[in-house]
Amino acid sequence: MTAADGSLVVDDLKVEFDGFVAVDGVSFDAHPGEVRFLIGPNGAGKTTCIDAITGLSKGTGSVKLGDQELLGRSTQKIVRLGVGRTFQTASVFEQLSVLQNLDIAAGLHRSSWSLLRARRGVDPAIEVALEQTGLSNERETPAGILSHGQKQWLEIGMMLVQEPRALLLDEPVAGMSQDERTATGELLHRIAERRVVLVVEHDMDFMRRYASRVTVLHQGRLLSEGSVAQVQGDPKVQEVYLGTAGAVTTQAEGE
Amino acid sequence: MTKIKPWLPLIGIAVFAVLLLVVAPAVLSMHWINNLGKYCCWAIAAVGIGLAWGRGGMLVLGQGVFFGLGAYAMAMHLTLESTAPGSLPVFMILYDPSASLPAFWEPFRSDVFTLAAILLLPVIVAGVLGYALFKRRIKGAYFAILSQALAVALAVLISSTIRETGGDTGLSDFKYFFGFVLNDDANKVMVFMIAAALLIMCLLVVWQLNRSRFGELLIATRDAEERVRFLGYDPANIKLVAYVVAAVMASIAGAMFVPIVGIITPAEIGASASILMIAGVALGGRASLFGPALGAIAIGWGQSSLGSSWPDGWVYILGMVFILVTLFLPMGLSSLFGKAKGLVWRPRETPPATLPDPAAVLEPVDESAVEEVKK
Repeated sequence: MTAADGSLVVDDLKVEFDGFVAVDGVSFDAHPGEVRFLIGPNGAGKTTCIDAITGLSKGTGSVKLGDQELLGRSTQKIVRLGVGRTFQTASVFEQLSVLQNLDIAAGLHRSSWSLLRARRGVDPAIEVALEQTGLSNERETPAGILSHGQKQWLEIGMMLVQEPRALLLDEPVAGMSQDERTATGELLHRIAERRVVLVVEHDMDFMRRYASRVTVLHQGRLLSEGSVAQVQGDPKVQEVYLGTAGAVTTQAEGE
Repeated sequence: MTKIKPWLPLIGIAVFAVLLLVVAPAVLSMHWINNLGKYCCWAIAAVGIGLAWGRGGMLVLGQGVFFGLGAYAMAMHLTLESTAPGSLPVFMILYDPSASLPAFWEPFRSDVFTLAAILLLPVIVAGVLGYALFKRRIKGAYFAILSQALAVALAVLISSTIRETGGDTGLSDFKYFFGFVLNDDANKVMVFMIAAALLIMCLLVVWQLNRSRFGELLIATRDAEERVRFLGYDPANIKLVAYVVAAVMASIAGAMFVPIVGIITPAEIGASASILMIAGVALGGRASLFGPALGAIAIGWGQSSLGSSWPDGWVYILGMVFILVTLFLPMGLSSLFGKAKGLVWRPRETPPATLPDPAAVLEPVDESAVEEVKK
C-alpha cells in the first residue's frame, strides 16, 4: 500500500450549527503509516471535525478516503467504506461480554439471515484483536465491569476486527494511567502500519511521545501543522497555549 | 449478563408446555380452562413485548393496536361464519335493515384471507410505522406516547364506526370457529390448546432470537445505539425487526382472544388494555424469557379472581404491586431467581482488574493470522 492511495484527505471542511461556525475551512491529510494528531484548546473544533468526517454532523467541503468522497453519506455507509471511530467516553455494550462485543463488530458484513443463528466459534480476526488489545483473558467478562482503560481498548479492538482503512480516535487515553497510556501509544503505532490513524487528543505529553505529524486547530481554524518539534516551536501555537500548556496535560475536554 | 446453560430455557419451555397442554386440560374445570386460555392470549402479546421492550428498549405502550387488528380480523370472520348466507350480521340489521355488507368485510369470509390478514396486517402496519419512527430516530418517551396514542385512536375509530364495526358493543355471538361449534366443551378445549401451543411457539421464537446474533445486536442497540451505528449497522432495521415480531405476536394473541372470550370490544384494545399488557411484562421481568408470559398470566388471574370478587381492592393491590416491583425489583420478579441463585451458589470470583503488562499487550501481531482474516 503506498501512502497516496489509502490517505484521508480533508479539504476546506466547514461545519456550521445554526449560524455558529464550529469548523471553518480546515484542510489536512493523514496517511497510512503515521499516527496523525489533531490538537487544540477547548472548542477548537477537533471533535466536530471527526463528527463531520464520520457523518454525524453535516459539513461542506470535501473529505476523501482514497478516491471516495465521504461527506454527504450516512454514518453506516461511511463505516462500511472503512472508517472506524471511537468516542471520548468509551462506548461499549456493557451488558454483553467482551467476545460478544467483538463479534458484533466483526459481523458488519454478515448476511441478515445469518444473524438469526447463534454464535458458534470465534472469528480469527477476533482472536487477533483480543491479543492485540490484551483482552484475551477477559473474553467472557461483561464489558461493563472492565476497567476504564480496558473499555477503551475493547472499543479499539472492535474497530480492528472491522479492518478499517482509517481509524479516528477521540481522546483515547483520557483518564488512563501512565502504563496504560504507554500501551495505548504503542498499540496505535502498530495499528498505523496498515491504515490511517487520526487521534484527537488533549494530552500534550502523549502527543509529544507518539505523534508522527500534528495539526493544531484553534477556534475552528487551522493554526499550525508539522512535526511535534515544528508545532511546539511555532509562536502562534505558543500564544494559544501560553500558560495553559502545562495545565492541559491530563484534563478531559467537554467539547 | 449471567451465563446460563443453553438448554435450561428449553427445559423450562418443555415443562411449561406439559403444564399447559397436558396437566391443565386434565385437572381444570371448563371455566378455568377458558380463563387460562384468555391469560395465554395476553401472555402471547407479553412475550412479544418482552422482545421489543425488554431486549430492544422500545416501550411499546400501544400493543392494543396490533392486538385489535388480529382480534377484529378474527371477529369479522367468525361473525360472517355465524351469519346465514345472504343475510347481514345481526348488529348491522339493527341499525339499518337495508344496509349492505361493507366492502372491507367481504374478504374476511375466506379462511385463508383471515389467517393471512392476522399475520400480515401487523407486519404492514408495524413495518410502515416502525420504519417511519426509527429512521427518524424517534425513541424513548416520544415513541411510547405515540404508540399509546395510536391505541387510543384505533379504539375511538372503532367506537365511532358503530354501523361497520359494532362500536362500543363490539362483536360477539360467535357460533363457529373455522367449522367447529364453539359451544362445545371438546372444541373449547381445542381452542385453548391452540392458544397454549401458540404461546409455546412464541416462546421458542423469542428464545432463538435471544440466543442468536440478532439478539446480541438488539441488546447492543438498546444500550448504545450510536455505537451500533458507528459499527456500520443501521439500528433502525434492528429495532424494526423486533417491533414487527412483537406486533405479529400481539395480533395472534388478539385473534385467539376472540374465540376464547367470545367478544371483542374497543375497551380490550384501548389505552388501559395496552397498559395492562405492559403491566404483566414489567411484573414478570421484561428482559427475561419467561417473565413476561408468567407476569401476564399472573395479572390475568388476579383480574379474574380478585378483580371480580373484590374489584375495588384489586386496583389498589395492582397499584401496590407495581410500586413495590418498580422500587425493589426493577427487572421484575424473575430477577429474584437470579438473586436467589447468587445466595445459594457463590458466583465465580472475578479476578481483580489489574493493569495489564504493556509487554503482553505489545506482543507482535501474528501476521499470518492477519492475512488469514483479510482473505
